[in-house]
Amino acid sequence: MTAATMKPRTAARRWWIYAPMTLLAVFFLFPIVFMVTASLKTDHQIFADMDSLRAFLPVGEIGLANYAAVFERVPFWRFLANSVFVTACVTAFGLVVNSMCGYALARMRWKGRAVVFGFIIATLILPFDTTIVPMVYLVANLPWIGFEGLRPVLEIGWLNTYHVQIIPFIVNAFAIFLFAQYFSSLPKGLEEAAAMDGAGWLRTYWRIIVPLSKPVFATVTILTVVTSPATWNAYLWPLMTVQSEELRPVMVGVQYFFQLDTDWGEVMAYISMITIPMVAVFIAFQRAFIRSIAGAGMKD
Amino acid sequence: MAIARTGKIPAPGSARVAERRSSAATARTRRGGGDFQRNEQRAARAFALPGIILLLLFVIGPAVVSLAMSFTNARLISPTAPEFIGLDNFRRAFTEDALFGESIGNTFLFAALVVPIQGGLGLVLALLVNQKIAGRNFFRTVYFLPVITSMVVISLLWRFLYQEDGLVNSALSMLTAGAYAGQAWLSNPSTAMGAIVVMSVWQGVGFHMVIWLAGLQAIPEEVYEAGELDGATPWQRFWRITLPLLKPTSVFVLITITIAAMSLFVQVDIMTDGGPLGSTSTIVYQIVQKGFQQQQIGYAAALSLIFFCIVLAMALVQRRLTRERDQP
Repeated sequence: MTAATMKPRTAARRWWIYAPMTLLAVFFLFPIVFMVTASLKTDHQIFADMDSLRAFLPVGEIGLANYAAVFERVPFWRFLANSVFVTACVTAFGLVVNSMCGYALARMRWKGRAVVFGFIIATLILPFDTTIVPMVYLVANLPWIGFEGLRPVLEIGWLNTYHVQIIPFIVNAFAIFLFAQYFSSLPKGLEEAAAMDGAGWLRTYWRIIVPLSKPVFATVTILTVVTSPATWNAYLWPLMTVQSEELRPVMVGVQYFFQLDTDWGEVMAYISMITIPMVAVFIAFQRAFIRSIAGAGMKD
Repeated sequence: MAIARTGKIPAPGSARVAERRSSAATARTRRGGGDFQRNEQRAARAFALPGIILLLLFVIGPAVVSLAMSFTNARLISPTAPEFIGLDNFRRAFTEDALFGESIGNTFLFAALVVPIQGGLGLVLALLVNQKIAGRNFFRTVYFLPVITSMVVISLLWRFLYQEDGLVNSALSMLTAGAYAGQAWLSNPSTAMGAIVVMSVWQGVGFHMVIWLAGLQAIPEEVYEAGELDGATPWQRFWRITLPLLKPTSVFVLITITIAAMSLFVQVDIMTDGGPLGSTSTIVYQIVQKGFQQQQIGYAAALSLIFFCIVLAMALVQRRLTRERDQP
């Protein structure tokens, strides 16, 4: 639309649309911008800049000294590797276990189906935090087969391991529910057609159902990474079950910055370092993120 | 996340399953004697088994252990075995433990503030970014950004912003041309909870914006066109067409924000430790305090059970209320 064809109201209308949206954008962005710019400054500079717009600008004595200090204070790469490993395992095993369970509930006839489905619906409203106390008690007493060289040994207690951070969080009632719902919307008769071609259930599931269900797999992957209490954002659970430093994930690392004197520049550098990877992934797959959370019905 | 909108999973014995039964029978005869139905039973159990075992062990199991422990004086590390003490934990929670009573009040206060603010602001944002305008994807991304940022990170960041010499005060002082002197928001019992509400909404509202957006986009264009033909103003269109059609979405938004708000913990743990003077202590914060810091897991289990009953009751009430409204 050129200026000549523009109605007199249009410019005013545009202002009315964009002004509130921009103000809201500032509201949502300012803490994040502040976090990144403060991470480049000394504590003295951060506080000196606080009462002007300089707080949001990388000005004054800026540098990467805080980032260097973070690497001195915490084993950052180790924490990062732990978080990536745990997140990948919880997500990957979760996709297999939850989708297969959802498949059995949505498209197969078997005794006990109604009971299992009822239990899954009931656990949907059970917040994880309510059972965290007995959970710790339970995992502290569970057996595990470890290996000393090649000799298997029976160990008691899962505390201070990777598997205590992974196995309890593989199953997810909400993911099962989403899978079941999606699978039941697929066309009828897929299994019968496959059976006539001689395909067994596992083959039908893997070769026909999974390729048809990519959107729900994307949704569950994104929801697991962003909202699960055991993946990238894991904090309370590893804080309680993992004491050894070499197994801890990134969020627990924030504890290391509040021991004697808090250097806020370092804190900002560390939280920028653990936030930016997720933000980068989000911006790269922004449409997929939003579409996934909205569910299948959203057109864009 | 379309539960709120799309249909339910068909129950066994529904028309679709009955139809499958007959086609399964066809498949059986075609396969020439292969026992399709018994095969289906076995296959289904095998498919569901890993999920069921993990669910029993890590979801149902702890819930049952919690139920049993809540009637004992179990401690995390103790030389003596736990003893059955009947309802003593519950009596203590409701009559002796004033801080727990206060924590229940704080939790309800937080939920009562966050549910309408976050739900309402989420809808406003969804309406804004649903307009056919240039740059809407940019705004969607920006409004959603805090959602993918960890609550631990955000709590730390806002704790710093809320300090007496922090950014929130300098911004307020700038906006009021120096008339506002500023205060330490998290150290004042009358402002600490409000401060946590603001940052919680800031973090979570983008998620619900997306849910509302999906609901808005599921409304067919023709409905609005019909409204326009009837001469409805944009305002009337919103109240008479959009809002009633968003009812299923609003049930989902209401229930998810309520459950999340009732579980308030991380913000409190990182920003205030339940203080000042217990003004931000919440139910889950007390459960973790009693269970881990003070190692009274029997008592913490009793608090968990009370919490579960409260959340369950609220979910049931909300469902009942929203269902009744569905059938006028």
